[in-house]
Order: sequence, then C-alpha cells, then structure tokens
Amino acid sequence: MNAPPVHLSFRATKMLHTAQGRQLFDVAFNLPQGLLLAVCGPSGAGKTTLLRILAGLTDTDSGDIAMGGDVWLDHSRRISLPTRRRPLGFVFQDFALFPHLTVRGQLEFALPKNADRSIIDDLLRLMELEELQHRRPALLSGGQQQRIAIARAIARRPRLLLLDEPLSALDDEMRSKLQDYIARAHRHFHLTTILVSHYLPEIFSLSDEVIILEGGKISKQGAPASLFPKDKITGNLRLTGEIIDIAAAGGLSVIHVLAAGTTIHVVCPAGEAANRRVGQTVTVAYRDLNPVICE
Amino acid sequence: MIDWLPLWLSLRLALVTTVILFVLGIPLSYWLAYSRRRWKVVAEACISLPMVLPPTVLGFYLLLAFSPDGSFGRVLDHYFDIRLVFTFQGLVVASLIYSLPFMVNPLLAGFKNLPPHLLEASRTLGKSDWTTLRRILLPNMRPSLITGAILAFAHTIGEFGVVMMIGGAIPGRTRVASVAIYDEVQSMNYHLANRYAAVLLIFSFSILLVVYLINHHFSQSKAVV
Repeated sequence: MNAPPVHLSFRATKMLHTAQGRQLFDVAFNLPQGLLLAVCGPSGAGKTTLLRILAGLTDTDSGDIAMGGDVWLDHSRRISLPTRRRPLGFVFQDFALFPHLTVRGQLEFALPKNADRSIIDDLLRLMELEELQHRRPALLSGGQQQRIAIARAIARRPRLLLLDEPLSALDDEMRSKLQDYIARAHRHFHLTTILVSHYLPEIFSLSDEVIILEGGKISKQGAPASLFPKDKITGNLRLTGEIIDIAAAGGLSVIHVLAAGTTIHVVCPAGEAANRRVGQTVTVAYRDLNPVICE
Repeated sequence: MIDWLPLWLSLRLALVTTVILFVLGIPLSYWLAYSRRRWKVVAEACISLPMVLPPTVLGFYLLLAFSPDGSFGRVLDHYFDIRLVFTFQGLVVASLIYSLPFMVNPLLAGFKNLPPHLLEASRTLGKSDWTTLRRILLPNMRPSLITGAILAFAHTIGEFGVVMMIGGAIPGRTRVASVAIYDEVQSMNYHLANRYAAVLLIFSFSILLVVYLINHHFSQSKAVV
C-alpha cells in the first residue's frame, strides 16, 4: 500500500530561552493532507513554539517549511513568507478575539476580499453561534468565545488549522462538546489540523497521529493507539485522594478518603491509622475488592 | 476691552498642530511600539527631549536653524521661498517639535497596553499591517487617541518660551495668548493680563476635565463588561 502524499513538511531549529535555561528546539516531521495531528508534552517542551514557527510568528535559526508544494520557509534561500500570506487559521490559547467587534463582525473581518459571504452563515450554524451573532465577546462564556475563535480561524478557508490548547480553559462538559465542534469543522472544511494538547481523552478522540515533544525534540510519534497501547494499561484501580477524617471503630480505625468526587472508607488496624493524619494525600488501591491505602 | 485675536491665534495654532501631530504620531508610535530596531531608543529619547528641555533652549536652536543666515534657513528661503522665523508657519513647525511627546507618549502607551495577540491574530487572518492598525488596533485604544490629541492641543495653547524665541510678538501673526499676557504685564496692564490668563485657565481646566471624564467613562464601561 502506498503511503499518503506529504502535504506539510516541517523542519526547524531554534535556541529557546526557557525557565529551565537554554534549550534547543529541533523538530522535523511530515504530515499527509486531511490528518489531525495532536502535539503533546510537558510545559516548556516547545509545543506552542512549533505552532508559532508554522504561522511565521516566531523566527527560526534554521529550517524549512513547505505546504502543498508552496515554500513558506527556506533558510538557505532566505525565504520566509510573512504570516498574512500563509493560508492558515490560528486559534490562540486566550482566543485573541477582537473586543470591539460582534461575533458576526469577527467572521466578516476574517473573510478575504471578494470571498463568498455564505460561509459566515455556514459557520454560525455549524458552531451554533447564530443566536449570539450580534453580541460582543466580553459578554460571552469561555466555551462560546472558543467557538467564535475556531469559526473565525476557519472563515478565511485556510489549508492548515492550528489550535493551541483550545480546550484547556473549559470544564469537562464544555470540553467534550467542543471536541465535537473541532472534529466537525475539521471534516466539513477538509482541513489539515495541528492541535496542541496535554489532555489524553482529547488526543484519543480527535487525532489521527500524535507527536510527543520533550525538551524541544520529538520523543515519540505515531498513531494514538500505538503510543498509548492498551496492553500496557494496568488492571489495578488506584485513586489519589485526601484524608478528611479518621475514626475509631472497636479495635480498628476507619479512614475517610476524598477521591474522585466521592468518600472512600478504608478500614485498617489502629496502629496503621496512627501514622496517618487528616489532610494527608494518599493513594488508595483495591485489594480483594477492599480498599487499602498503599502510599 | 479684550483683544480676541491672540486667543484666536492660539486656538488656530493648537488646532493645526494637533491635526498634524495626530497624523504623524500614529505611525511614529506604532513603529516605536513594534519595531525591533535597537536604535529606536535614540528616537524615543529625541522625541521626549522637549519634555525636559527649557523651552527657550529649544526655541534658541530652532531660531538658529530657521534663520535665513543659517544654512537650513537659507535653503528653505532660497529654494522653497519659505521663512520660518517670525511667521505663523514657523510657530507651527516649532509647536510640532515641542508638543510631539505629548501626542506620541499616550499613543505609545496605548499600543503597548493592547493584548499582543490582537496584532498576531489579525496577521494570521491574512490582514496587512495597515488594515490591522486601522480596523483592530486603533478602535481598541480610543482613550489613548483622545488623551494624546487633547494633551497636545492643551500643551500648544500654553506654549510661551518657544513662541517668544521663534515668533516674537507680531500682532495677528505670532502674538498668541501667552505672549499677549506677558506683553500686558510688561506694560503694567494687569487688568487685561488677568482676562487673558482667566480665559486660558478656564480653557485648560475644561480640557483636562474632559480628558479625565472620557478616561473615567472608558474604564467604567470596561468594568461593566
């Protein structure tokens, strides 16, 4: 079987000045058209830098970027396409919405000259923003603002969509809904998408491929299932929680641990309970269907 | 009887200066805010120099530069038929230099206080820097635009030392209100000097009041949002 044609090729190096000191960013990868790539890794690994270099918002020390046959960056030939000439959409972590424009105004601004304006109504419908279209962003919730930011990035019909931690500021329910919106937009507009995330469920549900960045370099790359294999998943349930009460019950003690939104009662000898205190963080595991504190 | 001509001349000088400074100040402060060139600090220092320099010093050097006996003044006179000493045009040029920091500094603060992602977001949407400035940056820094314009206007109205050095006190041409006050005091005509001074005082106070009211309005509306 032939491998899908390369759509985006990226190679860049840059010396970064992080809180941990100087660190070399040295990343290279290829991405076929229409794929959704998730980039994850610890803070300071260079995830946002990767997106910013792609968008032309951060300079590199060396490198080359080509998208669908067009050269965006070629250090050896001193070519660097300015940001506005790169056909991409960028969703910033803080949304970066324009405070003085309404929802519809944001999308109209993003539209290129002489473009088909019907995409605005399509996007408002797709992202369920029709009722909010005449409101300004400051009056809207985080989830609504995020949907506007995604719709605005897509309005100019980019070939590449870049999302920087798009769901990090949202609660679980909104996070799940927005995953659907992102997946819908990615499919509907036939986009190649790169999503920065450190949230595993998001990576599994959305991405076709994952890159794990550590210390400015790719440590792993592949399909989500190959990087987080099911056979390595442990069969033991372990919950981390906090002791909220210790009570005596006959010759034994009952330790109440608040974990995963519920209270677990751990019965143990009085001597073991003497080593514990209220407020202490502990790990609870199940042994023979009974909860025990193991750390 | 009060002669309104000096007050009208002050007003005309301040209006012309403010309009020109507004047009020049926006690109200049935009460049200072976003340029990565190291020598822009030299430009910043030059622009702010009139804030610390005695106006007579600035006026003296401008007088030397604009004088038909000097090389610059001679070129202007000979090739362009422009005389800047003891003329209204000369006052305008001197006022532009003298009031420049009062326009540029509020605008520069306005640009620097904007969230940095606004500019970047507009660029990622394919917009030119001109479109971004016009449609995104300026509408979000209205208090700075108003503050800059009003401060430059008020500062030009109150100008004295530079005007005296470069313009003298030719009635109808260069005798602005601040110079008229000085003239009347020299002539022991305190009553008339008092009238000019009272008009300038009330005018300046009203302008500052407007600045603070506008800024208060914007900060209130932000807080409500």
